[in-house]
Amino acid sequence: MTQANLTFHERVDAALHDETLQTAISRATTRFVGNRANALAALTDEAALRDQARAVRAKALARLDELLIRLSDNVTAQGGHVHWAEDGAAVSRYIADLAQDRGVRLIAKSKSMASEEIHLNQALEALGMEIAETDLGEYIIQLAGETPSHIVGPAIHKTRQQVSSLFEQHLGMSPTDDVPTMTRTAREALRRQFLQADMGISGVNFGVADSGAIVLVENEGNGRLTTTLPRIHVAVMGIERVVESLDDLKILLQVLARSATGQKLSVYTSLLSGPARPQEPDGPEEFHLILLDNGRSTILGGPYAESLLCIRCGACLNICPVYQAIGGHAYGGVYSGPIGAVLTPLLQPELPDQHHLPYASSLCGACQEVCPVRIPIPDLLLRLRADAVAAGKAAPGEHLAMRGWQIMMSNPAFYRAGSKLAALGSGLLAKDGRIEQLPPPLDTWTNRRDFPPVARKTFTARWEERQQEQAREE
Amino acid sequence: MTNRQSGRHAAFFVTCLVDNFFPEIGEAAVRLLEDQGVQVHVPRGLTCCGQMAFNGGHRAEAYAVAGRTIEVLRGQGDVVLPSGSCTAMIRHLFPDLFRGTPHEATAAELIGRTYELTEYLVDVLGVTDLGARYEGRITFHDACHGLRFLGLQQQGRTLLNHVAGAEVVPLPGSTECCGFGGMFAVKHAAISEAMLARKLANINSTEADLLVVGDASCMMQMAGGLSRAGSRTRTRHIAEVLANMTGVRG
Repeated sequence: MTQANLTFHERVDAALHDETLQTAISRATTRFVGNRANALAALTDEAALRDQARAVRAKALARLDELLIRLSDNVTAQGGHVHWAEDGAAVSRYIADLAQDRGVRLIAKSKSMASEEIHLNQALEALGMEIAETDLGEYIIQLAGETPSHIVGPAIHKTRQQVSSLFEQHLGMSPTDDVPTMTRTAREALRRQFLQADMGISGVNFGVADSGAIVLVENEGNGRLTTTLPRIHVAVMGIERVVESLDDLKILLQVLARSATGQKLSVYTSLLSGPARPQEPDGPEEFHLILLDNGRSTILGGPYAESLLCIRCGACLNICPVYQAIGGHAYGGVYSGPIGAVLTPLLQPELPDQHHLPYASSLCGACQEVCPVRIPIPDLLLRLRADAVAAGKAAPGEHLAMRGWQIMMSNPAFYRAGSKLAALGSGLLAKDGRIEQLPPPLDTWTNRRDFPPVARKTFTARWEERQQEQAREE
Repeated sequence: MTNRQSGRHAAFFVTCLVDNFFPEIGEAAVRLLEDQGVQVHVPRGLTCCGQMAFNGGHRAEAYAVAGRTIEVLRGQGDVVLPSGSCTAMIRHLFPDLFRGTPHEATAAELIGRTYELTEYLVDVLGVTDLGARYEGRITFHDACHGLRFLGLQQQGRTLLNHVAGAEVVPLPGSTECCGFGGMFAVKHAAISEAMLARKLANINSTEADLLVVGDASCMMQMAGGLSRAGSRTRTRHIAEVLANMTGVRG
């Protein structure tokens, strides 16, 4: 399902008419939303915990340079290597050089949105390397040749039946929709990859500056295998994901899994500190931490800095009525849903349709309401809309219409005249007290909705008449 | 029943949508306030809070219109609006719009005395029973901006629970957006319609005679959908229900 050549509106239209997709998204988001609500309701003071989580993240961003250097020093002191990468190309180059130097043929990879953001797989595959995604959801979409449709559940747009056909086709599984059989099939295929891989690439949920540990939050254990079985472990971390201390980490871990899946804690929470020590039987021989900027340092000082507070829980996607209607792929960027509508214009400004994303929101505020670090997503979307207008991206005629609106709303005489004209016009269009067909550019309203006629006499006119009557009576 | 507030004055900001599409809502709101002994006045020349331009990203135009509105409302005492959305524009978004401008202080002062209608009745005037009567089944939709940016959740329900004769039934998914979103409803009509379809299914499941909403904007969306679908459920603003004016419009 490559949708790169479709416009945003075409992708939306396709998604809205894809019944299988609608079923899959509805099932997944309903489950996520319910689980999250139950998990948070069980906390004694959810609001205070979220305040703390926001404070921890805000503190880290305010001292990002200092904390990153501390993280880097501590990783190095534990025998790890740290590489600062300005963009995706720098990451691929570093990994490719490392892989070539160390004779790496197969790379096992655990889930990482940062690597998706920079299209790491394509870059490494183009250099002749083989990459095996090991998160079940990522594995499914890798087999399908797709991209993640959700930050936490990359394959939530797929139904069980679709996954079954993929496994039949690619893994020779006998037809079944029995989930344990399907997962066993995937485990057997993946286990071979783990044992053969020379390098494991992971993402990083958090990097703890004080301890030099990177934290992986996952449910399948594939993250542990990816980071311990192959002889080289490379972790790719967005620079904003640093936290100062284990105490700070404790706060974030309390909100992350609850907000994402409704779990108190994910099945596996791993703190990894460098390569295996000489006396340790397990673990990689080498550990490389890549600190990825990719536009984040530019965002940091500006009006969208709060988007960097995000801990990628996906709660805003699940609750969003727009995401629920169109799913993740329609957004067109790596990150989807409300936070994706903020991040994509900032991180992927080259995408032709990115300026539509901030407008694809009713600004209902449900995203902000569930955000564990209280990112004011609607406010950020509004700022991005202002940026889009300033960049000349408004629809043709829209700016002129807005100028006209301004003149009318700024002058009570024009406003009164406008009301009368609108009442006359709508009188021509209305039948039985409703308008069934509006003219362009408002015609899309009446595809499935009636529109109310403009009142013959405004409230203001009625009020003025009442005032005059009262004056006469007195 | 009534809790007369002698000597209290309020400026009524009818909002552009109510003024032009549903003047009866404005009249109902004024009646509710006057019944409580509030001296209502309508400042001359009020037009719009500027939200449409602001939400569209047209900040210069929004600034011009909202800046003028701030000046019209200067020194007018409490300001009451029959809309959670326009109230939220003032209270929640004016700070961003006017930050670092000559209007910043005036805007901040206005924010402190601006109220949504049900909030003003319940939280400021302290009344809950307005002596309204409605024979039938009512369900209530939480309009997003009032709910999430003003924290209005109980005010409307408290007032409706005191309507004599009315059976108030909960609306499943009452806090889910109806899909209006201003120009979103036109620019991304297909998504807006999908959101509306879910809302309509929930409304239909209540078998209510009356869908009650606190915002004219959401009313347009849901009433438009119900009307197109030929539903018997009518849509009314909460002020119309509380002022016994549900029969005024068709």
